Amino acid sequence: MTSISPPAPAATTLPAPAPGHRAGFGGLMLAEWTKIRSVRSTVWTLIIFAVVSMGLTGLLTWLTLNALNNGRRRASAGGIITDPVNFILGTGLGLGQLAICVLGVLVITSEYSTGAIRSSLLAVPRRYPVMLAKGLVFAALVIVVGEIVAFASFFIGEALVNGHVVTLHGVQAGHVISVNHTITVALSQPGVTRAVVGSGLYLTVLGLFALAIGGLIRHTAGAITAVIGMVLVIFPLAGLLPDSWGAHVHAYLPTVAGQLITADKPTAGQLLSPWQGFGVFCAWTALLFGAAIFVLQRRDA
Amino acid sequence: MIEAQDLTKRYGDKLAVDHLSFKVEPGRVTGFLGPNGAGKSTTMRLMLGLDRPNTGTTTINGRRYAELAQPLRTVGALLEAKAMHPGRSARNHLLFLAQTQGLPSRRVDEVLDLVGLREVARQRVRGYSLGMSQRVGIAAAMLGNPSVLLLDEPVNGLDPEGILWIRNLMKHLASEQRTIFVSSHLMNEMAVTADHLIVIGKGKLIAESSTQEFIERSSEKSVLVRSPDAEALAGLIAAEGGKAIPQDPAEGRAAALSVTGLDAPRIGEIAAANRIVLHELAPQLGSLEEAFMEMTADSVEYGGDTPAVPPRTSPSPFTAASTTSPGSSQ
Repeated sequence: MTSISPPAPAATTLPAPAPGHRAGFGGLMLAEWTKIRSVRSTVWTLIIFAVVSMGLTGLLTWLTLNALNNGRRRASAGGIITDPVNFILGTGLGLGQLAICVLGVLVITSEYSTGAIRSSLLAVPRRYPVMLAKGLVFAALVIVVGEIVAFASFFIGEALVNGHVVTLHGVQAGHVISVNHTITVALSQPGVTRAVVGSGLYLTVLGLFALAIGGLIRHTAGAITAVIGMVLVIFPLAGLLPDSWGAHVHAYLPTVAGQLITADKPTAGQLLSPWQGFGVFCAWTALLFGAAIFVLQRRDA
Repeated sequence: MIEAQDLTKRYGDKLAVDHLSFKVEPGRVTGFLGPNGAGKSTTMRLMLGLDRPNTGTTTINGRRYAELAQPLRTVGALLEAKAMHPGRSARNHLLFLAQTQGLPSRRVDEVLDLVGLREVARQRVRGYSLGMSQRVGIAAAMLGNPSVLLLDEPVNGLDPEGILWIRNLMKHLASEQRTIFVSSHLMNEMAVTADHLIVIGKGKLIAESSTQEFIERSSEKSVLVRSPDAEALAGLIAAEGGKAIPQDPAEGRAAALSVTGLDAPRIGEIAAANRIVLHELAPQLGSLEEAFMEMTADSVEYGGDTPAVPPRTSPSPFTAASTTSPGSSQ
């Protein structure tokens, strides 16, 4: 690795530090910001998040429109006609969110895997302020990056779909009819601005959700597997649960409820409003964050 | 001033620390000595509130660690050298610690100068040697100019120059009336560094005394006598109340006796009065190493089958070294 020359002989005397002020919670937030900005994994994960989200939004939107132009129309491509905003916000960000999950986990588990947590807790023996400051600083970072990427993704998709004409064929009263449909999306349409802003908010709470799981599990690989398994597999699969109780269980699962705020139009049979769904997601996250603080206070470091 | 009261820590079935109580006074270096696995690091983690004790409390200047609002301004601790994110620079590691205590970033440069790492402080810790990581840990401990320092095996990984530096640093800090508590399993290092010793084995307190007392008390002194007329001398020594044990004869040398109960001048006088030729008359000072091994022989956690106490008759390099080293601590 890097070779570093041995240090020069050191002194044994040290001036006393300036009296300094009481650090308080602001000092802890500053410290957490120093921690998060001073490791490369933060920068890389956020770059991957931005590139994947915006890149895939553009690529998938363009490919789908091409497929429609060539007359190859599959069920999956239909969404771009019936709800183009949901298509734009769902494709790239749907994969990009995994980077936020990874970063949320890493922010806390990297302290455990490297032993840095003991330095952190020696400095703040009351412990829980570390977790609160970490959560606030991380949330502030993700909300800024998340909103920028959500708006950028939307504008990329908007530029591609707007004015695109699709010819729809249907059978009505025994006659085959063709209708030309022009796709139009705009922030001014009902629910669209809320969906774009909501995408950034959803990513922020998702990051905190991952941070809480990381705090509970403490191991990077285990926590990442748990979070991504929940978001991509377990929660969506719960949609297959039968009957009304199954539908209710599914609707109240953390990311299922949370994602409602990222859609401009409600789907058929939707049990919660977008903001109710977001509230449910926040409640889950707060519960897990509280549990993470509880075990932080109790466990040996 | 540190006061540990009745500390106990159990990990499953294993009792790591067993009702341990001691005091660490300011103004001197207190060594915390014990074989590997004796519970030294666990005790330090209990004292600093990182691990929760099953029983007992520790107060530092009268308060528990967790009650300190800006603990690094009272207590500096070096627990393990690698308790840092390898992808973070030493400077940023120290900077975030300083920010938690409301210390200015200028202070980070001051402690970096102290440990001689200013030049490399912006490089990531991953590339540092163990010795350099130890220096970062010491810099972190000194950030808040604390009156109490807890250092767990600080000389680990340091080169001889580094060991000398930290030894002098600890003595200097103790001379400023700070409380210095330093653990080690290296007895000879403690002999020249510590003024006072707390010895533990299997989580229990074995001894607490000044370093000098510790050596004198726990190592019975003997005198090695070599004479062509050893048999006659042994009889005379026995008559004077001493105890002479014949040693394995060395090739080409006169027979040797290990004598206890009489000091070297007295043995010399007896020999002279009886016109017995002596080839060698050497007081055998017990080394700290031996004293420590004797004391902890029953409590070595991972001991082998070999006897813990080396045979007294063959002066070991430790013995030779220790006849001068304990006194040489300034």
